[in-house]
Amino acid sequence: MSVYPDNLHYTKDHEWIRVEGDTGTVGITHFAQEQLGDVVHVQLPRAGEKFDAHATFGEVESVKTFSELFTPVSGEIVAANDALADTPELVNSEPYGGGWMIKLKLGDPSEVDKLLSASEYEDYLESQKED
Amino acid sequence: MIKKSTAHINQNEGLIFERSRPGKTGYCLTALDVPAVKPEELLDPSLLRDDDLAGLPEVSEPEVVRHFTRLSTWNYAIDLGMYPLGSCTMKYNPKLNERVARIPGFAYAHPYLPDEFAQGNLALLWELEQNLAEITGMAAVSLQPAAGAQGEYTGLMVIRALLEARGDARKIVLVPDSAHGTNPASAHMIGYKVLTLKSNAEGAVDMDGLKKVLSEHGPDVAALMLTNPSTLGLFEENIEEICRLVHDAGGLVYMDGANMNALVGITRPGDMGVDVLHLNLHKTFSTPHGGGGPGAGPICVVKELEPFLPFPRVIRDADETFRLEYNCPQSVGRVRAWFGNFSVLVRALCYIKTLGPTGLREATETAVLNANYIAHQLRDDYETAYPDGKPMHEVVLNDKKQAKFGVHTLDIAKRLIDYGFHPMTMYFPLIVHGAIMIEPTESEGREELDLFIDAMKSIAREAEENPELVKSAPHHTRIGRLDEATAARKPVLRWKPASNAAAGSSR
Repeated sequence: MSVYPDNLHYTKDHEWIRVEGDTGTVGITHFAQEQLGDVVHVQLPRAGEKFDAHATFGEVESVKTFSELFTPVSGEIVAANDALADTPELVNSEPYGGGWMIKLKLGDPSEVDKLLSASEYEDYLESQKED
Repeated sequence: MIKKSTAHINQNEGLIFERSRPGKTGYCLTALDVPAVKPEELLDPSLLRDDDLAGLPEVSEPEVVRHFTRLSTWNYAIDLGMYPLGSCTMKYNPKLNERVARIPGFAYAHPYLPDEFAQGNLALLWELEQNLAEITGMAAVSLQPAAGAQGEYTGLMVIRALLEARGDARKIVLVPDSAHGTNPASAHMIGYKVLTLKSNAEGAVDMDGLKKVLSEHGPDVAALMLTNPSTLGLFEENIEEICRLVHDAGGLVYMDGANMNALVGITRPGDMGVDVLHLNLHKTFSTPHGGGGPGAGPICVVKELEPFLPFPRVIRDADETFRLEYNCPQSVGRVRAWFGNFSVLVRALCYIKTLGPTGLREATETAVLNANYIAHQLRDDYETAYPDGKPMHEVVLNDKKQAKFGVHTLDIAKRLIDYGFHPMTMYFPLIVHGAIMIEPTESEGREELDLFIDAMKSIAREAEENPELVKSAPHHTRIGRLDEATAARKPVLRWKPASNAAAGSSR
């Protein structure tokens, strides 16, 4: 099984989005959680907040570092994953499942087309490795 | 083979609460010669404590003394060995400083002494301000801020006060991505919007990026905050051009002086075009750092910013007497009770006077030489983060060579404990993947540096030949690898009577 599922879209900032109708679920990739190490805290926005594409929507903190979270596309927050407050380790153990972060009502569904496919994202990771 | 090893006394020590037994006391007091009265009969209920005093430990005096003495032996300190924490400048704290700070006239002076009875103390503050101004090439100094981050905040307040006085309040502060985390935090706390500047391939401020940001946001940029040398330990070679560009756009330049240990006696921020900088006396000027603090983060400013400095200011009058000036109408106000951490200021002046101008310069040269010696000796064992840069007082390596064997920076740091050293700075600066940041300071001689280098080389060998040994380190300590993730996710911050059993069984 690939660690980068084909049904998701990816960004170079290592977020993924799963689109269902006019809503998208967003989280961070297997690569991102591996780089961060054990996640200890996730700061997420409230429902109703609106974001542009590539805007900072939250923060993730691990034992060794912290990183900002970026929206893959524009939209309005429909839900944030409250479970991460008590069990941030889900980001490590189930990055595409229980570790999801926000659900967005898509501002412009065509923005999704500009994101990377699973294979494009894997190529991108490979190209980063070389330097 | 481990050449250096600090004895880790393997005597474990529980919490003092766990030693408590009902009725045990340290002292037997003589019988009361007045009738005993209950507090609630004398005091208003609002003055009575209602929190749980029953949790206070009941222990004897020898138990208390032994408990804390044992705990003190668990500590690692600069008085025990090298403390290579990069960006922290953990240098030795000369004992002469301590002696001088204990002179009764310094140690016992009441902060409300009338000026005429505090001439020596005011002279000391004035002299330190003059010395720091000369060392940094700035016009005026405030000794009030109690730490670097408070210095940053105060420095930005002063910048904002000047801009508002000009009728040109601005909204944006620019911060390079290699900055100390406190820089964007201070700017954000004071209400500025923070824009991040990307570093170029050499780890310096990307000049084209800076020009682009200034062309887009110039009239809104209040200040650029940068650290020089940068947190990569590299001198910002375009510093004059950077200052000129920011000034031309109407903004000011704030320099984080955390890395002044690479500059003192060699070059001065004031001559580079910097408008405000803070110093960390507990880094560059040898006063105690961390738990041995408190700290001191004086700010140094150009002439135009002087009226906005915190009050009171120390003034020397024409007759060479000193006084405190409270009438500073444009001042941003007080940022600290009294006059800063006075006894820390005494130690800093003692350091400056002990070394003198040539000694300060030599300290800088030795600090830079030591860092370069380590960088050179370890060049084949660890990858250098920015191989083309010339390290100043600290060097940044990474774990790329060791990662091939599954050994990462965290493991290297833990293994270093087995060799009797405090770990280096890990995973900072954030822009270096797997950063290993080492700052030896001028305190270390060739022998200690060689022990450290041997330890690092030995760990590199172990990573290749026996990675498990490194990944499960430390082995020579009382306790092994702690579960840092759970500690951060579910912190237990204090002992509570109810959690007695749970806390006691966790060791």
